Amino acid sequence: MVGGRNDGHQPVAGRSHTAQREVASLVSVNKSYGTQPALRDFSFSVNAGEITALLGPNGAGKTTAVKLLLGLLAPDAGRVEVFGRDPRSPQNRVRTGAMMQVGRMPETLRVREHIDLFSTCYPKPLGLNETLAASGLRGYENRFLGQLSGGERQRVMFALAICGDPDLVVLDEPTVGLDVEARRGLWEQIRALANRGKSVLLTTHYLDEADALAHRIVVMNRGSVIAEGTPTEIKASAAGKRIRCNTVLNLPTVQALPGVTSARQTAEFIEIQTADSDRVLRELLQLDPGLRNIEISSAALEDAFLALTHQHQQQ
Amino acid sequence: MFSIYYKEAKYEFLRLLRFPGFSLPTILFPVMFYVLFGLVLPTGPSAGVTAAKYLLGTYGTFGVMGVSLFGFGVSVSNDRGYGWLELKQASPMPLMAYFVAKLAMAALFSLAVTGIMLGLGLTLGHVEMSAIEVARLVSILVLGSIPFGAMGLLVGHTAKPTSASAIVNCLYLPMSFLSGLWVPIQFLPQALQNFAVIFPPYHMGRLALGVFGAADDHWITHAIALAGFTMLFLGAAWLFSGPHARPNWLASTTNASQGKVATN
Repeated sequence: MVGGRNDGHQPVAGRSHTAQREVASLVSVNKSYGTQPALRDFSFSVNAGEITALLGPNGAGKTTAVKLLLGLLAPDAGRVEVFGRDPRSPQNRVRTGAMMQVGRMPETLRVREHIDLFSTCYPKPLGLNETLAASGLRGYENRFLGQLSGGERQRVMFALAICGDPDLVVLDEPTVGLDVEARRGLWEQIRALANRGKSVLLTTHYLDEADALAHRIVVMNRGSVIAEGTPTEIKASAAGKRIRCNTVLNLPTVQALPGVTSARQTAEFIEIQTADSDRVLRELLQLDPGLRNIEISSAALEDAFLALTHQHQQQ
Repeated sequence: MFSIYYKEAKYEFLRLLRFPGFSLPTILFPVMFYVLFGLVLPTGPSAGVTAAKYLLGTYGTFGVMGVSLFGFGVSVSNDRGYGWLELKQASPMPLMAYFVAKLAMAALFSLAVTGIMLGLGLTLGHVEMSAIEVARLVSILVLGSIPFGAMGLLVGHTAKPTSASAIVNCLYLPMSFLSGLWVPIQFLPQALQNFAVIFPPYHMGRLALGVFGAADDHWITHAIALAGFTMLFLGAAWLFSGPHARPNWLASTTNASQGKVATN
């Protein structure tokens, strides 16, 4: 855990220097609601200056993970740290902005009044005009919340998350229920946050959204992480198969084989991700006739994506 | 720090003032009742004072109770039920500010409703009261937002947003009648009069009437009763908020289970 060092101001923009610095993490967290487990041995982290997407179908535990990170829930077991501290500490609250799924907000207040109230809680807020600009709300400042459409309300929620100029922005399903145009508008605003060096965690059940926005995607289903990587890695592993085997070949040789997306050495196996398992297997057997313990499986990702696509069809 | 409390209170007040579903019934109705029964169709004197004077105490209590019950009960229930309060908890705003703002709002609306009634009573109703009596009546009524606010908080913690308003009405109207706020308590059957002590508005009404000598019992017993009700309601609200319920008003100081966050 190195996030604790990040006591200075905001992370430096640009990924290369900061990519490995965690600003928030859940470590081996278990959380149940009564007898219903929501998260099982769940670990993930948000890196400084990056957009991390938590991707999974409804009921996967995304919101639970977010609430733990925001200190709104306590884990049954495991550890939650934000900026190296308890997420509920006041020092963290002023560095964190959150957008959550709110069914109804006070409708007889104006947009600028909501922003004013939330801004007051932060030491160095963006100011009204900059907040309005960063959330696409220019011209809406005097409107009452009750007069706004669903998409416009989402933008107000986004504005409340960023108005304090926090270092960590947590967005729970920010684009749910938005039309295509509004979604793309919000994507631009989320990208702009990362460009300003902010760390962003967003949850979504749209693969294309995670793909379009995130530096890193954490795919979860039924309370567990099933894959983690860059959007390219995630898409490749979702499309292909996983081969596990014992071989005399060394890792670089395997990685260089045609058709291999990625490969890694574990204690027992070499594990290969590929889009063309037949071809890779033929190559492997040619180079190492003594190949043993071959195991081919479609990645666990497939389950998650099946669930995701299933949901999309229903919508 | 102060500005957070100030703004939270200001916007809480504006939010409710602009919502006709709140400001109309809670301010207009008690004032209308007072005008109707105290000024337009006054009955004979009660407990030695004119109807216009007597009803200042009881409809004043009625008004303060409505403002506080609806202001706390319905809005807390909504904020909890639709996730708004949770968003506030995730923000740096101290939860206490949310609490204090609601109380300040209830006190302000109480001041408004009693102010309007007093203004009407002193002018159109020819009520004679000394400045000290006026000040005491206003203070007592405004302080009444504390026990009634606590009662509203309990409703807010237990009722779903869809039913909170109905529940508040079911408490507000029968309780007002049974506490002698509509019809002077001495005109109710003896059984009901004995029964009235279990209702907080009865005690509030007696305190208010005592200001101009229309209740001869000792104020201290009513003050103690109201303090007791307040503790009871706050305690129950806290219990119902439970370890898993949201919000945990007192989570940071009392909820041991949350201590796990940064351990292991």
